[in-house]
Amino acid sequence: MTLYLHELKHGRKALIIWGAVIAFMLFICMIMFPEMKKQMDSVSEMFANMGGFTAAFGMDKIDFGTAMGFYGIECGNILSIGGGFFAALIGISALSKEEKNKTAEFLLTHPVSRINIVFQKLLSIITQVILLNICITAISALSFALIGENLAVREFMLLHLAYLILQLELACICFGISAFISRGSIGIGIGIAALLYFLNIIGNISDKAEFVKYITPFKYAEAADIISTAKLDTTLILIGTTYSIVAVAVAFMKYTKKDIAN
Amino acid sequence: MAIIETYNLTKYYGKIRGIEQLNLTVNEGDFFGFIGPNGAGKSTTIRTLLGLVSPTSGSATIFGKDIKNTTGILTDIGYISSEISFYSGMRAGEIIALSAKLRNKDCSKEAKTLCERLQLDPSRKVEELSLGNRKKVGIVCAMQHRPRLYIFDEPTSGLDPLIQKEFFDLLFERQKEGATIFLSSHVLSEIQRFCNRAAIIRQGRIVACGTVNELSKTHAKRVTLYKATHIPEIDGIFDVQTAHDSVSFLYKGDIKDLIAALQNLTFTDISITEPNLEEIFMHFYTQGGDNQ
Repeated sequence: MTLYLHELKHGRKALIIWGAVIAFMLFICMIMFPEMKKQMDSVSEMFANMGGFTAAFGMDKIDFGTAMGFYGIECGNILSIGGGFFAALIGISALSKEEKNKTAEFLLTHPVSRINIVFQKLLSIITQVILLNICITAISALSFALIGENLAVREFMLLHLAYLILQLELACICFGISAFISRGSIGIGIGIAALLYFLNIIGNISDKAEFVKYITPFKYAEAADIISTAKLDTTLILIGTTYSIVAVAVAFMKYTKKDIAN
Repeated sequence: MAIIETYNLTKYYGKIRGIEQLNLTVNEGDFFGFIGPNGAGKSTTIRTLLGLVSPTSGSATIFGKDIKNTTGILTDIGYISSEISFYSGMRAGEIIALSAKLRNKDCSKEAKTLCERLQLDPSRKVEELSLGNRKKVGIVCAMQHRPRLYIFDEPTSGLDPLIQKEFFDLLFERQKEGATIFLSSHVLSEIQRFCNRAAIIRQGRIVACGTVNELSKTHAKRVTLYKATHIPEIDGIFDVQTAHDSVSFLYKGDIKDLIAALQNLTFTDISITEPNLEEIFMHFYTQGGDNQ
């Protein structure tokens, strides 16, 4: 597992920075909640009557004036964008960075099979995503305690589980693409995460675009749906998991036969 | 015993030729030079042998094992690429340790000795290293596990003459212990001085292969006439070079005809020598020498 540990060590700075920034933003949002709560009656009503905008962010399904509602809408967006972008970035660069940074020759001329390399890199990505989510979940729970609000444990845990699965899916899809590219990976990763995020918003606004829920993982991580129903959409999660498995399988197949760029 | 054998090894990058029908044998204990200009196919040959790219057709073996499965083969190979890069943020010593760990070996003792001999400070960050120092890190990574085969792609670029000498001393020591060395280089004097066998690659094909002595012994001779104003007017003269006090040319033909032709010329001195490898190399590249 030398490469696995090397990848974790090499990625630790980015993990700490992303984790700290996301956790800090969540924390700040939640600290602001008690102050905002006092003016929430009028604000909630305003947010609930903004038509497409209300639907786009699921504010028609949960009450923005409650701590969990506020957390789901405000923090949910920070989490899905921040966590999703982080996952996409580490996924897209996992394999391609070796060619981009010209370290592929160093790595691949050691007696480690390419299957093993792909496996260890995949494992390191999964580990980093899990570590990020543990850190964020803990900070979020702590922020609830600090402002003296009750945490709806089931909804909270389901929400964070959905974000974890969402990030793993994004990481796996980008990992699959990573096997095909040798440079320019960051733009592709951010582009994919942004595209899937906005697809979900479009799906929320327009009934005609409802089919996008089968494409974008952001749909099954919709805070409004999870908090209002206290359950996950297992069908969408299964579809997402299938995409992840296919992407990882493609990564293995491609990378084991790939001509490495000079 | 053949350590490297290729059979009609061919690699195309789409429509672009890498190497074509390459047949090569490197025997155990050889110090083998691989010569050719940029784009001739040297690096493609090496990258194909190491499994970095798949051959389009043909095959090759290293230690008698097919290169389709390089993982087992790589255990016994030390490699340095021509453009060497390492993971940013790491120190030279960490890169060397990572290389050993990827081989599941503890090479710390050997690594320390190599660092001392090559005057490499392992505490320096790789971003701060010059090309020469990065090459030193590569050399330590390639040699610390004492492999059976060393494949070096232009290893001496950036190294100062003293370190180059130390590097070749190390290679000779390993060769004496039974290792095989496959060295790709632009520096022909390096090949002539250190290698016992060599191959010249041109446009993806091997145009000459043999011992360095055999390659140097073409039928051509380098003839230099001092204070001469003309060259003999006979067939078989090429590569004429004029200096301020001499005229020199390669002659390929009956030496008696040359001596007869020289009777009619005025000159103060004459030297007739074997051409050096560089002249032969240039001959192969500029005169279509593969047909001669």
